[in-house]
Amino acid sequence: MAEEEKETKQEEIAQEEAVQEKEVQEKVRIEEPEPVVSKRVGSIQFSVFSPKKIKKMSAAKIVTPELYDKEGYPVDGGLMDIRLGVIDPGLKCKTCGSKLKECAGHFGYIELARPVVHIKFVNLILSLLKSTCRGCGRVLIPENKIAKAKNELDSIERESGIEARRKHIRIIISNLKTINKCPHCKSKQMKITLEKPTTFLEAEKRVNPIEIRVRLEKIPDDDVFLFGMNPKYIRPEWMVQTVMAIPPVTMRPSITLESGERSEDDLTHKLGDIVRINQRLFENINAGAPEIIIEDLWDLLQYHITTFFDNSVAQLPPARHRSGQPLKTITERIKSKEGRIRHNLAGKRTNFSARTVISPDPMLKLNEVGVPRIMAMKLTLPERVNEWNVEYLKKFVEKGPTEYPGANYVIRPDGKKKKITDETKEASLEELQPGYTVERHLLDGDIALFNRQPSLHRMSMMCHRIRVLPGKTLRLNPAVCHPYNADFDGDEMNLHIPQTEEARTEAEILMEVQTQLISPRYGLSVIGCVQDAISGNYILTKMLNFSREDAVDVLIHSGVTDFSNLSRKEKISGREVFSALLPSDFNFTGHSKFRDDKGNDRVVITNGKLIEGVMDRNNLGEGSGLLLRNIHKRYGKEFTIQLIGNIFRLGIEVLLRHGFTSALSDTDLPEDAKNKVREVLDNARHDVDNLIAQFKEGKLDAFPGKTDAETLELKILELLNKARNAAGELVTNFADKNSHTMIMALSGARGNLINLAQMAACVGQQALRGRRIDKGYHGRTLSCYRKGDLRPDARGFIGHGFKDGLQPAQFFFGAMTGRDSLMDTALRTPKSGYLYRRLANAMQDLKVEYDYTVRDASGKIIQFAYGEDGIDVSKSEKGTINVKRIAKTVGAK
Amino acid sequence: MAKQAFDIRKHNLVPKHAKVSDREKKTLLEKYNISVYDLPLIRKNDPGLVGVDVKPGDIVKIIRQSPTAGEAVYYRCVINV
Repeated sequence: MAEEEKETKQEEIAQEEAVQEKEVQEKVRIEEPEPVVSKRVGSIQFSVFSPKKIKKMSAAKIVTPELYDKEGYPVDGGLMDIRLGVIDPGLKCKTCGSKLKECAGHFGYIELARPVVHIKFVNLILSLLKSTCRGCGRVLIPENKIAKAKNELDSIERESGIEARRKHIRIIISNLKTINKCPHCKSKQMKITLEKPTTFLEAEKRVNPIEIRVRLEKIPDDDVFLFGMNPKYIRPEWMVQTVMAIPPVTMRPSITLESGERSEDDLTHKLGDIVRINQRLFENINAGAPEIIIEDLWDLLQYHITTFFDNSVAQLPPARHRSGQPLKTITERIKSKEGRIRHNLAGKRTNFSARTVISPDPMLKLNEVGVPRIMAMKLTLPERVNEWNVEYLKKFVEKGPTEYPGANYVIRPDGKKKKITDETKEASLEELQPGYTVERHLLDGDIALFNRQPSLHRMSMMCHRIRVLPGKTLRLNPAVCHPYNADFDGDEMNLHIPQTEEARTEAEILMEVQTQLISPRYGLSVIGCVQDAISGNYILTKMLNFSREDAVDVLIHSGVTDFSNLSRKEKISGREVFSALLPSDFNFTGHSKFRDDKGNDRVVITNGKLIEGVMDRNNLGEGSGLLLRNIHKRYGKEFTIQLIGNIFRLGIEVLLRHGFTSALSDTDLPEDAKNKVREVLDNARHDVDNLIAQFKEGKLDAFPGKTDAETLELKILELLNKARNAAGELVTNFADKNSHTMIMALSGARGNLINLAQMAACVGQQALRGRRIDKGYHGRTLSCYRKGDLRPDARGFIGHGFKDGLQPAQFFFGAMTGRDSLMDTALRTPKSGYLYRRLANAMQDLKVEYDYTVRDASGKIIQFAYGEDGIDVSKSEKGTINVKRIAKTVGAK
Repeated sequence: MAKQAFDIRKHNLVPKHAKVSDREKKTLLEKYNISVYDLPLIRKNDPGLVGVDVKPGDIVKIIRQSPTAGEAVYYRCVINV
C-alpha cells in the first residue's frame, strides 16, 4: 500500500507534465505547423526515490521557512522560491524561464537534520527488520533454502499479490525456526515490535531511525529481491528519509483573498512546519544541546513529516488550522470520494447539460421533451456560418443572450470565443461571415439526450426532440415514463445537448425514442398507455356512443386530423372511434384482460376495424400483448409511436368528457352481500376454533415432516386465505362493474380486485416473514390478548374492511407489516442494485459478432450462439419465431 | 482414484462431453477464426470429463439441454489445473 501512495503521487506528476506538454505542443502547432512526433510508452517503473535522485531532480534547496520578503516577493531558498515554479502572473520561473501556466513546476528538497521514517513504509520496514539479521543484515533463511523459498514466494505473489508475499516470508522463517538465531552469522536475534505509528522497539528498547537506517543498509541486494523489491529501484534504506522532496509550488498554490491577504495552501503550511523544526534541530545539534531536547525535536519533526504525508493516521492527532479544521495533506488529496482519483479522474462532469424536476405533458409527442425557456437560453448549439445561412444566423446574434431565440457566443475561425453582449453585439454582427460559428439558443426540433438515473437500461437514455415551453420543469409524455422508470413525485432528469453533427446524427439514428420501442429483454413494446389512457380507451371501446360531430371533436382534440377511416354513419360507436386511428389493412386477434359474462376475452380487429372486444391493459399497456408489437412490425416505428401518442390522447380526452372519479360509494356493498361476507368470516373463525381445539386435545393429524404446531399454523393460514378469497369474490360479484373503481381494476389501469376487497370487505391476514404475527409480548402479540391465544384475531387477522374502519389492535398489526415491508424494500434496493451493477460491469464489453458468437473485448468466445438459439429477442415474438404467421403473410403476397 | 458411488455421467444434469477429433478441431477453429485459447476453458480434472481421454490443448464438445434452443452445443478447450 505504501508504494501505491507514492505511485499515485508520481503518476499525478507525470500526468500534469503530460498536460503541460500537450498544451505546449498545441501552441507550437498553431504557430508553425510541424510534423507531430508521436512516441509510445514502452514501460513504466514504479519505485521509491533515493536521496541522490531527489537532490538530482531538485531545482532548489529549501533552507528557510519564510515565504515572502517585505515587498511580497518570494524568498530565495524559501518554500515559494521561484525556482520551484510560479503561481503569480507576470513572474517567470527561474528554472525553465516559462510563465504561469506554462511551467509545470519543479521539485525542491530539504536536508533533514536527522533521518525520519516514512509513514507509508512503516509496515514494510517492520517486516524487513523482523526478517533480517540484526548483525549481518541477511535474511533469516539458511543459504541452501533461499532458492526454494524464492520459488515459493514467487508463486504466492502471482496468486495473491505482493502483500501476501511479504507476509509469507515471516511464515517461512518461523517454520524454519531460525527466528532466534541468524543462520548466517549465528548472532542472536531479538524481538522487534512496532509501537504505532512510527516507533520501533527492540526488546522494549527504542531503535531510532538512524539505527533502523543502518540495519536496512546492511541488507544485501540479493536478499532484497526476496521481498519483491528490485534494489536497483528500491533500496530498503530509502524508506527512512534523510532528504525530503518538496513538491513544486504549482501543486500548492496560494489564494489571494479579497482583503489582499495571502492564504497559503495546506501543504505549504505543513512544509513550513517541517522546515522550521528542521532548522531548530540543526541549530540544537550544532550547539551541542542535551540529548533530551534533540530527541524531542526529532520526534516533532517525525510528527510533522508524518502528517505531511498522511494527516489521518489513527494514533496521531491530526494537524489542524488555527480554526480547528484538519489540514488536507497528500493522502487526503488522493484518497476517498472527494479525492483526486474518484472525484477528478473518475468523476464525469459535462457542459451543455441540464437537470431539473420532471412533470407530465401528454400533449407532447412521445419523442419530444419540453425544455423550460430559461434552459433553452443557457444551453446552446454551435451552428457554422456559411453563405446560405448568414442572414438567418445574424438574426440570432442580433437578439443576443437575453432575448429568445438569440445566441450567446460567436466563435472566430481561429478558435477565439467571444461572448455576445450589448457592447460587442455590433462588432460581432459586423464581422460575422462564413467560417464563423454561432452558438445559438435551442430551438424546437433540436436534438437532445434525455436520461434518468439509475441508467440500468439502454432505454434509460434516449434521444428526444426539444420543445421550448414556458415553466421551469422538463416535460415528457407520461407514456415514456416506463422505460425511464420515472414518476412525477419529485423525480429529476438530465438533458444533454450533442454539440457536433456526428453526435446528433448518431443520437438520432441509434437512440431516438422510436428506435427503442421494442424491448431487447422481452421483445414487446416498452412504451404503452398508462393509467387514465387505459381507463379511457376501455370506456370508449366498451360502452360509449357518439354523434358524428362529437366523434370528430374527440378525435381532433386528441391530435387526429385524418378522418378517412372514420365510419360514415350518423351514430358512431366507441369502437369505431378507436378504429379511426388504426390503418385500414390491419388485422389482429388477441385477448383482453376484460372478460365478459360468458368469459369471452377475444379482441378482433379486421381491416382496421375493432370488431369484437375491448381495448385494455393487455393490448395497450407497456410490456404486454402483441397488438403494439404487431403494428410495429407491419407499419414501422414512426407510425407506432405516433399511434401510441394518439391512442393515449384519445383515452384521456374521452375520460375528460366522460368524467371519471373514484368514489367512496364504489366500495359500498348491499346489505345482502355484507351478511354473506360476515357469514364467511364467522365460519372461518369457527373452523379455526375447531382446529385449535383439536390441536389442544392432540387429535390433529400432523403433516409429514411437520410438528403439530406447524401443521396447525399451516391449516389456519389456508383457512383464512380461503375466507379472504371468498370475501373478495363476493365483493367482485356484488360490485357494480361500471363503477369507476371497478373500471380501473378491470381495465388494468390501476389497482386490482384484492385492493377493492380490502376496502369493501376484509383486509385479511397480516403476515411477517411468511408467518402469522407471533412476536411482541411473551407468548402473545399484544397485551390485550391471552397468552397462547391462537385465534385469528389475536394473530394479525384483520376481519374488517378499510372503509368500515380498523380496531386499534388491527391497525397495529397493519402497521407492523407495513413497517416490515418498508424496511425490507429499504434494505433490498441497494443490495439488488449492487448485484445488478456487478453483472452489468462484468458483461459490459460482451458483443454479438457477425458469426452469431458472443465474445468479449479480447475476442474470446463466451457463447456460441446468442441465447443459445441465436434469436434476437427484440426482432422476434417474445423470443420465438412464429413460423405459421410468417408462412401466412408470405402466402398472402 | 477411489471408486465413485455412482457414475455421474448417468446423471440427468450432467451433459454429454466428448473429445473432438483433430479434423473437426481444425474446421472448428477455422470456422470461428480463433485459436484454442479463445474458446471457453475446462479443467482437465473437471468431473464432467470422467472417462473422456483428453490432454491439455484438446477440445471437448458438450451438448447441453437448453430452455431456448432445445439442445445447445458448446466447445471447451482443456487446460491443466
